[in-house]
Amino acid sequence: MIAPAVVGGVLLAGPLVALLVRAPWGELGGLLAGPVVLPALGLSFGTAFASTVVCVVLGVPLAAVLAGSDGWPRLLTRVARAVVATPLVLPPVVGGIALLLLLSRTGLLGRPLFAAFGITIPFTTAAVVIAQAFVGLPFLVLSVEGALRGVDPRFAVAAATLGASPWATFLRVTLPLAAPGLAAGAVLSFARALGEFGATITFAGSLPGVTETLPVAAYIALTDDPGSAIAIAVVLVVVALAVLLALRERWLTGLRA
Amino acid sequence: MTGALEARLGVRRGAFELDAELVLAPGTVLAVVGRNGAGKSTALATLAGITPLSGGRIVLDGVLLDDGGRGFEPPERRPVGLVLQQPALFPHLTVLDNVAFGLRAAGAGRADAREQAQHALEDQGLGDFTDRRPSQVSGGQAARIALVRALVRRPALLLLDEPLAAIDAELRPALRASIRGVLDSFPGSAIVVTHDVADAEALADEVVVLDSGRVLQRGPLAGLRAEPADPVVTRLLAGAGQDGGSGG
Repeated sequence: MIAPAVVGGVLLAGPLVALLVRAPWGELGGLLAGPVVLPALGLSFGTAFASTVVCVVLGVPLAAVLAGSDGWPRLLTRVARAVVATPLVLPPVVGGIALLLLLSRTGLLGRPLFAAFGITIPFTTAAVVIAQAFVGLPFLVLSVEGALRGVDPRFAVAAATLGASPWATFLRVTLPLAAPGLAAGAVLSFARALGEFGATITFAGSLPGVTETLPVAAYIALTDDPGSAIAIAVVLVVVALAVLLALRERWLTGLRA
Repeated sequence: MTGALEARLGVRRGAFELDAELVLAPGTVLAVVGRNGAGKSTALATLAGITPLSGGRIVLDGVLLDDGGRGFEPPERRPVGLVLQQPALFPHLTVLDNVAFGLRAAGAGRADAREQAQHALEDQGLGDFTDRRPSQVSGGQAARIALVRALVRRPALLLLDEPLAAIDAELRPALRASIRGVLDSFPGSAIVVTHDVADAEALADEVVVLDSGRVLQRGPLAGLRAEPADPVVTRLLAGAGQDGGSGG
Protein backbone atom coordinates (compact mmCIF):
# COMPACT_ATOMS: atom_id res chain seq x y z
CA MET A 1 0.00 0.00 0.00
CA ILE A 2 2.71 2.47 1.03
CA ALA A 3 4.91 2.09 -2.06
CA PRO A 4 2.23 2.76 -4.71
CA ALA A 5 0.92 5.64 -2.58
CA VAL A 6 4.38 7.19 -2.53
CA VAL A 7 4.70 6.73 -6.30
CA GLY A 8 1.29 8.35 -6.73
CA GLY A 9 2.32 11.28 -4.57
CA VAL A 10 5.54 11.71 -6.56
CA LEU A 11 3.59 11.57 -9.80
CA LEU A 12 1.39 14.43 -8.60
CA ALA A 13 3.96 16.55 -6.79
CA GLY A 14 7.14 15.68 -8.68
CA PRO A 15 6.49 17.76 -11.81
CA LEU A 16 5.60 20.78 -9.71
CA VAL A 17 8.76 20.38 -7.63
CA ALA A 18 10.84 20.09 -10.81
CA LEU A 19 9.22 23.22 -12.19
CA LEU A 20 9.89 25.21 -9.04
CA VAL A 21 13.50 23.90 -8.77
CA ARG A 22 14.36 24.64 -12.40
CA ALA A 23 12.55 27.95 -12.61
CA PRO A 24 14.95 30.83 -13.41
CA TRP A 25 13.93 32.74 -10.30
CA GLY A 26 16.55 35.47 -10.79
CA GLU A 27 15.38 36.35 -14.28
CA LEU A 28 11.68 35.79 -13.60
CA GLY A 29 10.84 39.48 -13.34
CA GLY A 30 12.59 40.29 -16.60
CA LEU A 31 11.00 37.36 -18.43
CA LEU A 32 7.51 38.22 -17.22
CA ALA A 33 7.92 41.80 -18.40
CA GLY A 34 9.51 40.65 -21.66
CA PRO A 35 8.05 40.75 -25.18
CA VAL A 36 6.94 37.07 -25.15
CA VAL A 37 5.19 36.86 -21.78
CA LEU A 38 3.77 40.30 -21.10
CA PRO A 39 1.26 40.51 -24.03
CA ALA A 40 0.14 36.93 -23.33
CA LEU A 41 -0.25 37.74 -19.63
CA GLY A 42 -2.55 40.68 -20.32
CA LEU A 43 -4.48 38.82 -23.00
CA SER A 44 -4.96 35.72 -20.86
CA PHE A 45 -6.26 37.50 -17.78
CA GLY A 46 -8.44 39.79 -19.91
CA THR A 47 -10.03 36.98 -21.91
CA ALA A 48 -10.39 34.67 -18.88
CA PHE A 49 -12.18 37.47 -17.03
CA ALA A 50 -14.42 38.16 -20.05
CA SER A 51 -15.25 34.48 -20.51
CA THR A 52 -16.06 34.16 -16.80
CA VAL A 53 -18.52 37.05 -17.19
CA VAL A 54 -20.03 35.27 -20.22
CA CYS A 55 -20.26 32.04 -18.19
CA VAL A 56 -22.07 33.82 -15.34
CA VAL A 57 -24.47 35.68 -17.63
CA LEU A 58 -25.38 32.55 -19.62
CA GLY A 59 -24.74 29.92 -16.97
CA VAL A 60 -26.92 31.22 -14.14
CA PRO A 61 -30.13 31.13 -16.23
CA LEU A 62 -29.12 27.71 -17.58
CA ALA A 63 -28.54 26.45 -14.03
CA ALA A 64 -31.87 27.91 -12.91
CA VAL A 65 -33.69 26.12 -15.74
CA LEU A 66 -31.95 22.83 -14.91
CA ALA A 67 -32.65 23.25 -11.19
CA GLY A 68 -36.34 23.62 -12.01
CA SER A 69 -36.41 20.70 -14.47
CA ASP A 70 -37.84 18.08 -12.12
CA GLY A 71 -41.22 18.21 -13.82
CA TRP A 72 -39.74 17.56 -17.27
CA PRO A 73 -39.78 14.18 -19.02
CA ARG A 74 -36.81 12.22 -17.71
CA LEU A 75 -35.19 11.79 -21.12
CA LEU A 76 -35.22 15.54 -21.71
CA THR A 77 -33.56 16.22 -18.33
CA ARG A 78 -30.89 13.63 -19.06
CA VAL A 79 -30.16 15.03 -22.51
CA ALA A 80 -30.02 18.60 -21.17
CA ARG A 81 -27.61 17.63 -18.42
CA ALA A 82 -25.45 15.61 -20.83
CA VAL A 83 -25.23 18.59 -23.20
CA VAL A 84 -24.13 20.85 -20.36
CA ALA A 85 -21.50 18.36 -19.15
CA THR A 86 -20.08 17.47 -22.59
CA PRO A 87 -17.21 20.01 -22.59
CA LEU A 88 -15.95 18.42 -19.35
CA VAL A 89 -15.20 15.11 -21.07
CA LEU A 90 -14.61 16.34 -24.63
CA PRO A 91 -10.95 16.67 -25.73
CA PRO A 92 -10.50 20.46 -26.01
CA VAL A 93 -9.13 20.12 -29.55
CA VAL A 94 -12.40 18.48 -30.55
CA GLY A 95 -14.22 21.40 -28.97
CA GLY A 96 -12.10 23.76 -31.08
CA ILE A 97 -12.87 21.85 -34.28
CA ALA A 98 -16.57 21.83 -33.42
CA LEU A 99 -16.50 25.59 -32.79
CA LEU A 100 -14.83 26.06 -36.20
CA LEU A 101 -17.57 24.02 -37.86
CA LEU A 102 -20.17 26.20 -36.18
CA LEU A 103 -18.61 29.65 -36.45
CA SER A 104 -16.11 29.71 -39.33
CA ARG A 105 -17.05 31.62 -42.46
CA THR A 106 -18.40 28.40 -43.94
CA GLY A 107 -19.82 27.18 -40.64
CA LEU A 108 -23.38 26.46 -39.66
CA LEU A 109 -23.88 29.80 -37.92
CA GLY A 110 -20.74 31.52 -39.23
CA ARG A 111 -21.87 31.58 -42.85
CA PRO A 112 -25.09 33.58 -42.30
CA LEU A 113 -23.25 35.76 -39.77
CA PHE A 114 -20.61 36.63 -42.37
CA ALA A 115 -23.16 37.06 -45.14
CA ALA A 116 -25.37 39.39 -43.10
CA PHE A 117 -22.87 41.42 -41.09
CA GLY A 118 -19.45 40.55 -42.53
CA ILE A 119 -18.44 39.20 -39.12
CA THR A 120 -15.64 36.63 -38.92
CA ILE A 121 -15.04 35.11 -35.52
CA PRO A 122 -12.25 32.49 -35.75
CA PHE A 123 -8.69 33.68 -35.02
CA THR A 124 -9.86 36.79 -33.17
CA THR A 125 -9.77 37.67 -29.48
CA ALA A 126 -13.52 37.03 -29.42
CA ALA A 127 -12.80 33.46 -30.52
CA VAL A 128 -10.49 33.05 -27.50
CA VAL A 129 -13.29 34.17 -25.19
CA ILE A 130 -15.81 31.85 -26.90
CA ALA A 131 -13.44 28.85 -26.66
CA GLN A 132 -12.80 29.57 -22.98
CA ALA A 133 -16.50 30.04 -22.23
CA PHE A 134 -17.26 26.75 -24.00
CA VAL A 135 -14.92 24.77 -21.76
CA GLY A 136 -15.65 26.79 -18.59
CA LEU A 137 -19.46 26.90 -18.73
CA PRO A 138 -20.10 23.39 -17.32
CA PHE A 139 -18.20 24.22 -14.13
CA LEU A 140 -20.38 27.25 -13.53
CA VAL A 141 -23.69 25.61 -14.47
CA LEU A 142 -23.18 22.46 -12.42
CA SER A 143 -21.91 24.36 -9.39
CA VAL A 144 -24.77 26.90 -9.47
CA GLU A 145 -27.41 24.24 -10.16
CA GLY A 146 -26.27 22.27 -7.12
CA ALA A 147 -26.32 25.40 -4.98
CA LEU A 148 -29.81 26.40 -6.20
CA ARG A 149 -31.16 22.93 -5.45
CA GLY A 150 -29.67 23.17 -1.97
CA VAL A 151 -31.69 26.30 -1.09
CA ASP A 152 -34.59 25.45 1.24
CA PRO A 153 -37.80 25.87 -0.84
CA ARG A 154 -39.58 27.42 2.16
CA PHE A 155 -37.67 30.65 1.55
CA ALA A 156 -39.21 30.93 -1.92
CA VAL A 157 -42.66 30.18 -0.45
CA ALA A 158 -42.17 32.89 2.18
CA ALA A 159 -41.01 35.37 -0.48
CA ALA A 160 -44.03 34.64 -2.70
CA THR A 161 -46.49 35.14 0.15
CA LEU A 162 -44.72 38.44 0.90
CA GLY A 163 -45.64 39.63 -2.58
CA ALA A 164 -42.45 38.90 -4.51
CA SER A 165 -42.86 37.76 -8.12
CA PRO A 166 -41.04 34.56 -9.17
CA TRP A 167 -38.36 36.73 -10.81
CA ALA A 168 -37.91 38.92 -7.71
CA THR A 169 -37.85 35.83 -5.52
CA PHE A 170 -35.05 34.36 -7.63
CA LEU A 171 -32.99 37.57 -7.68
CA ARG A 172 -33.46 38.61 -4.07
CA VAL A 173 -33.75 35.32 -2.21
CA THR A 174 -32.79 32.15 -4.05
CA LEU A 175 -29.73 33.42 -5.94
CA PRO A 176 -28.22 35.28 -2.94
CA LEU A 177 -28.62 32.11 -0.88
CA ALA A 178 -26.80 30.19 -3.65
CA ALA A 179 -24.02 32.82 -3.79
CA PRO A 180 -21.27 30.53 -2.40
CA GLY A 181 -21.96 28.08 -5.24
CA LEU A 182 -21.96 30.91 -7.77
CA ALA A 183 -18.60 32.18 -6.49
CA ALA A 184 -17.08 28.69 -6.54
CA GLY A 185 -18.38 28.10 -10.08
CA ALA A 186 -17.01 31.45 -11.27
CA VAL A 187 -13.57 30.74 -9.79
CA LEU A 188 -13.52 27.27 -11.37
CA SER A 189 -14.55 28.51 -14.81
CA PHE A 190 -11.98 31.34 -14.57
CA ALA A 191 -9.26 28.82 -13.75
CA ARG A 192 -10.36 26.56 -16.56
CA ALA A 193 -10.39 29.51 -18.98
CA LEU A 194 -6.93 30.62 -17.96
CA GLY A 195 -5.51 27.17 -18.64
CA GLU A 196 -7.38 26.62 -21.90
CA PHE A 197 -5.09 25.46 -24.72
CA GLY A 198 -6.54 22.93 -27.15
CA ALA A 199 -9.78 24.64 -28.13
CA THR A 200 -8.05 28.03 -28.20
CA ILE A 201 -5.18 27.08 -30.53
CA THR A 202 -7.59 25.23 -32.83
CA PHE A 203 -10.34 27.84 -32.98
CA ALA A 204 -8.39 31.05 -32.34
CA GLY A 205 -4.81 30.25 -33.36
CA SER A 206 -1.69 31.86 -31.89
CA LEU A 207 -1.43 35.46 -33.05
CA PRO A 208 0.77 37.28 -30.51
CA GLY A 209 -1.21 39.96 -28.70
CA VAL A 210 -4.48 38.85 -30.31
CA THR A 211 -5.06 35.17 -29.58
CA GLU A 212 -1.79 33.95 -28.05
CA THR A 213 -2.76 33.28 -24.44
CA LEU A 214 -0.35 32.11 -21.72
CA PRO A 215 -0.65 28.34 -22.34
CA VAL A 216 -0.32 28.83 -26.11
CA ALA A 217 2.67 31.16 -25.64
CA ALA A 218 4.31 28.68 -23.26
CA TYR A 219 3.93 25.83 -25.74
CA ILE A 220 5.35 27.87 -28.62
CA ALA A 221 8.21 29.35 -26.57
CA LEU A 222 9.33 25.99 -25.21
CA THR A 223 11.70 25.17 -28.11
CA ASP A 224 13.35 28.60 -28.68
CA ASP A 225 12.89 30.36 -25.36
CA PRO A 226 12.46 27.81 -22.54
CA GLY A 227 13.03 30.50 -19.90
CA SER A 228 9.88 32.31 -20.96
CA ALA A 229 7.95 29.04 -21.13
CA ILE A 230 8.97 28.17 -17.56
CA ALA A 231 8.16 31.69 -16.35
CA ILE A 232 4.64 31.32 -17.79
CA ALA A 233 4.33 27.90 -16.18
CA VAL A 234 5.25 29.39 -12.80
CA VAL A 235 2.54 32.07 -13.22
CA LEU A 236 -0.07 29.44 -14.07
CA VAL A 237 0.93 27.26 -11.10
CA VAL A 238 0.64 30.24 -8.75
CA VAL A 239 -2.82 31.04 -10.13
CA ALA A 240 -3.86 27.40 -9.76
CA LEU A 241 -2.76 27.37 -6.10
CA ALA A 242 -4.58 30.67 -5.50
CA VAL A 243 -7.75 29.11 -6.95
CA LEU A 244 -7.42 26.14 -4.60
CA LEU A 245 -7.05 28.48 -1.63
CA ALA A 246 -9.97 30.66 -2.76
CA LEU A 247 -12.25 27.64 -3.13
CA ARG A 248 -11.29 26.28 0.27
CA GLU A 249 -12.20 29.63 1.79
CA ARG A 250 -15.49 29.62 -0.17
CA TRP A 251 -16.48 26.18 0.93
CA LEU A 252 -15.83 27.06 4.56
CA THR A 253 -17.86 30.27 4.43
CA GLY A 254 -20.54 28.42 2.48
CA LEU A 255 -20.85 25.92 5.29
CA ARG A 256 -20.88 28.60 7.96
CA ALA A 257 -23.59 30.71 6.31
CA MET B 1 -62.54 45.06 9.04
CA THR B 2 -61.45 42.85 6.20
CA GLY B 3 -60.95 39.17 5.61
CA ALA B 4 -64.42 37.85 4.72
CA LEU B 5 -63.57 34.38 3.46
CA GLU B 6 -65.81 31.95 1.65
CA ALA B 7 -63.89 28.89 0.60
CA ARG B 8 -64.55 25.36 -0.48
CA LEU B 9 -61.17 23.68 -0.67
CA GLY B 10 -60.87 20.67 -2.93
CA VAL B 11 -57.49 18.99 -3.47
CA ARG B 12 -56.81 15.50 -4.78
CA ARG B 13 -53.32 14.08 -4.34
CA GLY B 14 -53.01 10.34 -4.76
CA ALA B 15 -55.10 8.65 -2.10
CA PHE B 16 -55.48 11.88 -0.12
CA GLU B 17 -58.48 14.07 -0.73
CA LEU B 18 -59.20 17.42 0.90
CA ASP B 19 -62.77 18.61 0.73
CA ALA B 20 -63.41 21.26 3.35
CA GLU B 21 -65.53 24.36 3.61
CA LEU B 22 -64.09 27.31 5.50
CA VAL B 23 -66.08 30.49 6.12
CA LEU B 24 -64.75 33.44 8.10
CA ALA B 25 -66.39 36.69 9.12
CA PRO B 26 -64.18 39.79 8.80
CA GLY B 27 -61.84 40.27 11.73
CA THR B 28 -62.37 36.84 13.27
CA VAL B 29 -59.87 34.12 14.14
CA LEU B 30 -60.47 30.50 13.24
CA ALA B 31 -58.44 27.63 14.64
CA VAL B 32 -58.09 24.52 12.48
CA VAL B 33 -57.22 21.50 14.60
CA GLY B 34 -56.67 17.92 13.55
CA ARG B 35 -54.26 15.04 13.65
CA ASN B 36 -51.16 14.73 11.50
CA GLY B 37 -52.18 14.23 7.89
CA ALA B 38 -55.68 15.66 8.44
CA GLY B 39 -55.07 18.18 5.65
CA LYS B 40 -54.48 21.27 7.80
CA SER B 41 -51.29 22.41 6.10
CA THR B 42 -52.68 21.57 2.66
CA ALA B 43 -55.70 23.77 3.42
CA LEU B 44 -53.38 26.68 4.30
CA ALA B 45 -51.29 26.06 1.17
CA THR B 46 -54.38 26.39 -1.05
CA LEU B 47 -55.44 29.61 0.67
CA ALA B 48 -51.94 31.07 0.29
CA GLY B 49 -51.76 30.03 -3.37
CA ILE B 50 -48.88 27.59 -2.91
CA THR B 51 -51.08 24.64 -3.89
CA PRO B 52 -53.74 25.26 -6.57
CA LEU B 53 -57.22 23.89 -5.95
CA SER B 54 -58.37 20.95 -8.02
CA GLY B 55 -61.96 21.74 -7.10
CA GLY B 56 -64.01 24.30 -5.21
CA ARG B 57 -63.30 28.02 -4.93
CA ILE B 58 -61.72 30.66 -2.71
CA VAL B 59 -63.33 34.09 -2.44
CA LEU B 60 -61.78 36.69 -0.14
CA ASP B 61 -63.57 40.02 0.40
CA GLY B 62 -65.54 39.37 -2.77
CA VAL B 63 -62.47 38.68 -4.92
CA LEU B 64 -62.03 35.26 -6.53
CA LEU B 65 -58.57 33.85 -5.73
CA ASP B 66 -58.94 30.32 -7.08
CA ASP B 67 -61.73 28.36 -8.78
CA GLY B 68 -59.82 25.17 -9.43
CA GLY B 69 -59.05 26.25 -12.98
CA ARG B 70 -58.17 29.45 -14.81
CA GLY B 71 -59.18 31.74 -11.99
CA PHE B 72 -55.94 31.14 -10.08
CA GLU B 73 -54.24 34.10 -8.48
CA PRO B 74 -50.57 33.37 -7.66
CA PRO B 75 -49.45 33.84 -4.04
CA GLU B 76 -47.73 37.19 -4.68
CA ARG B 77 -51.01 38.71 -5.87
CA ARG B 78 -53.14 37.56 -2.93
CA PRO B 79 -53.79 39.73 0.12
CA VAL B 80 -52.89 36.71 2.23
CA GLY B 81 -50.03 36.47 4.74
CA LEU B 82 -48.46 33.16 5.72
CA VAL B 83 -46.28 32.41 8.73
CA LEU B 84 -44.75 28.96 8.60
CA GLN B 85 -43.95 26.69 11.52
CA GLN B 86 -40.26 27.30 10.87
CA PRO B 87 -40.33 31.08 10.49
CA ALA B 88 -38.15 30.97 7.32
CA LEU B 89 -36.59 34.37 7.91
CA PHE B 90 -34.22 35.08 5.01
CA PRO B 91 -30.78 34.25 6.44
CA HIS B 92 -28.90 36.63 4.13
CA LEU B 93 -30.91 39.68 5.22
CA THR B 94 -30.98 41.55 8.52
CA VAL B 95 -34.13 41.41 10.63
CA LEU B 96 -34.99 44.93 9.41
CA ASP B 97 -34.60 43.96 5.73
CA ASN B 98 -36.63 40.80 6.32
CA VAL B 99 -39.54 42.93 7.52
CA ALA B 100 -38.95 45.49 4.75
CA PHE B 101 -38.96 42.71 2.10
CA GLY B 102 -42.72 42.67 1.53
CA LEU B 103 -42.87 46.46 1.36
CA ARG B 104 -40.04 46.51 -1.20
CA ALA B 105 -41.86 43.84 -3.22
CA ALA B 106 -44.94 46.08 -3.19
CA GLY B 107 -42.85 48.84 -4.76
CA ALA B 108 -41.76 50.95 -1.75
CA GLY B 109 -38.33 52.58 -1.92
CA ARG B 110 -35.57 51.15 0.24
CA ALA B 111 -35.46 54.01 2.77
CA ASP B 112 -39.23 54.21 3.05
CA ALA B 113 -39.60 50.43 3.44
CA ARG B 114 -36.90 50.35 6.14
CA GLU B 115 -38.53 53.18 8.06
CA GLN B 116 -41.91 51.43 8.05
CA ALA B 117 -40.25 48.15 9.02
CA GLN B 118 -38.43 49.89 11.87
CA HIS B 119 -41.72 51.25 13.24
CA ALA B 120 -43.44 47.88 12.88
CA LEU B 121 -40.66 46.13 14.81
CA GLU B 122 -40.61 48.81 17.51
CA ASP B 123 -44.39 48.49 17.93
CA GLN B 124 -43.83 44.85 18.85
CA GLY B 125 -40.94 45.57 21.18
CA LEU B 126 -38.47 44.13 18.67
CA GLY B 127 -36.64 47.39 17.93
CA ASP B 128 -33.37 46.09 19.41
CA PHE B 129 -33.06 43.31 16.84
CA THR B 130 -33.19 45.29 13.60
CA ASP B 131 -29.50 44.95 12.72
CA ARG B 132 -29.20 41.30 13.68
CA ARG B 133 -29.16 38.33 11.36
CA PRO B 134 -31.90 35.71 11.79
CA SER B 135 -29.24 33.32 13.12
CA GLN B 136 -28.68 35.74 16.02
CA VAL B 137 -32.24 35.75 17.42
CA SER B 138 -34.06 33.12 19.47
CA GLY B 139 -36.82 30.87 18.13
CA GLY B 140 -39.52 32.89 19.88
CA GLN B 141 -38.12 36.17 18.58
CA ALA B 142 -37.89 34.71 15.07
CA ALA B 143 -41.56 33.67 15.24
CA ARG B 144 -42.59 37.19 16.30
CA ILE B 145 -40.42 38.78 13.60
CA ALA B 146 -41.99 36.49 10.98
CA LEU B 147 -45.40 37.64 12.19
CA VAL B 148 -44.41 41.31 11.88
CA ARG B 149 -42.93 40.58 8.42
CA ALA B 150 -46.23 39.06 7.24
CA LEU B 151 -48.35 41.85 8.75
CA VAL B 152 -46.52 44.91 7.35
CA ARG B 153 -48.06 43.99 3.99
CA ARG B 154 -51.50 44.51 5.63
CA PRO B 155 -53.02 41.24 4.39
CA ALA B 156 -56.77 40.73 4.64
CA LEU B 157 -56.22 37.13 5.75
CA LEU B 158 -53.37 35.90 7.94
CA LEU B 159 -52.44 32.22 8.00
CA LEU B 160 -50.43 30.80 10.89
CA ASP B 161 -49.15 27.23 10.49
CA GLU B 162 -48.36 25.73 13.92
CA PRO B 163 -46.89 29.03 15.16
CA LEU B 164 -45.84 27.53 18.50
CA ALA B 165 -44.82 23.98 17.59
CA ALA B 166 -41.12 24.80 17.16
CA ILE B 167 -40.95 26.75 20.43
CA ASP B 168 -39.77 25.34 23.79
CA ALA B 169 -42.76 24.39 25.94
CA GLU B 170 -41.91 26.80 28.77
CA LEU B 171 -41.75 29.74 26.35
CA ARG B 172 -45.07 28.98 24.64
CA PRO B 173 -47.48 30.80 27.00
CA ALA B 174 -45.61 34.11 26.62
CA LEU B 175 -45.42 33.80 22.85
CA ARG B 176 -49.07 32.74 22.70
CA ALA B 177 -50.05 35.88 24.61
CA SER B 178 -47.91 37.97 22.28
CA ILE B 179 -49.60 36.48 19.19
CA ARG B 180 -52.98 37.07 20.87
CA GLY B 181 -52.08 40.76 21.28
CA VAL B 182 -51.08 41.04 17.62
CA LEU B 183 -54.27 39.34 16.42
CA ASP B 184 -56.42 41.60 18.65
CA SER B 185 -55.20 44.71 16.84
CA PHE B 186 -55.22 43.06 13.38
CA PRO B 187 -58.16 44.28 11.27
CA GLY B 188 -58.24 41.23 9.00
CA SER B 189 -59.22 37.66 9.72
CA ALA B 190 -56.85 34.86 10.64
CA ILE B 191 -56.60 31.09 10.50
CA VAL B 192 -54.37 29.29 13.01
CA VAL B 193 -53.50 25.69 12.23
CA THR B 194 -52.54 23.81 15.36
CA HIS B 195 -52.51 20.37 16.94
CA ASP B 196 -52.63 21.98 20.40
CA VAL B 197 -56.04 22.92 21.75
CA ALA B 198 -54.39 25.42 24.10
CA ASP B 199 -53.58 27.53 21.02
CA ALA B 200 -57.17 27.32 19.82
CA GLU B 201 -58.44 28.28 23.25
CA ALA B 202 -56.17 31.31 23.55
CA LEU B 203 -56.30 32.63 20.02
CA ALA B 204 -59.48 31.66 18.20
CA ASP B 205 -63.14 32.69 18.15
CA GLU B 206 -64.15 29.45 16.49
CA VAL B 207 -62.68 26.02 15.91
CA VAL B 208 -62.85 23.70 12.91
CA VAL B 209 -61.92 20.07 13.46
CA LEU B 210 -60.43 18.54 10.33
CA ASP B 211 -59.97 14.81 9.86
CA SER B 212 -58.95 12.90 6.73
CA GLY B 213 -59.46 16.04 4.66
CA ARG B 214 -63.02 16.67 5.88
CA VAL B 215 -64.59 19.00 8.42
CA LEU B 216 -65.87 16.92 11.32
CA GLN B 217 -67.31 19.80 13.30
CA ARG B 218 -67.12 23.56 13.64
CA GLY B 219 -68.15 26.04 16.31
CA PRO B 220 -66.94 27.80 19.43
CA LEU B 221 -64.59 25.61 21.49
CA ALA B 222 -67.03 25.39 24.43
CA GLY B 223 -69.75 24.11 22.12
CA LEU B 224 -67.50 21.45 20.64
CA ARG B 225 -66.47 20.36 24.13
CA ALA B 226 -70.09 20.18 25.29
CA GLU B 227 -71.35 18.29 22.28
CA PRO B 228 -68.58 16.63 20.31
CA ALA B 229 -69.87 15.23 17.04
CA ASP B 230 -67.32 12.45 16.82
CA PRO B 231 -64.92 10.50 19.09
CA VAL B 232 -62.03 12.08 17.16
CA VAL B 233 -63.23 15.52 18.29
CA THR B 234 -63.39 14.36 21.90
CA ARG B 235 -59.89 12.96 21.73
CA LEU B 236 -58.40 16.05 20.04
CA LEU B 237 -60.01 18.45 22.52
CA ALA B 238 -58.90 16.33 25.48
CA GLY B 239 -55.34 17.22 24.59
CA ALA B 240 -55.82 20.78 25.94
CA GLY B 241 -52.79 22.19 27.68
CA GLN B 242 -50.60 19.24 26.75
CA ASP B 243 -47.75 20.36 24.59
CA GLY B 244 -46.15 17.68 22.57
CA GLY B 245 -45.78 16.11 19.19
CA SER B 246 -45.17 18.00 16.02
CA GLY B 247 -47.52 19.53 13.51
CA GLY B 248 -48.32 18.22 10.09
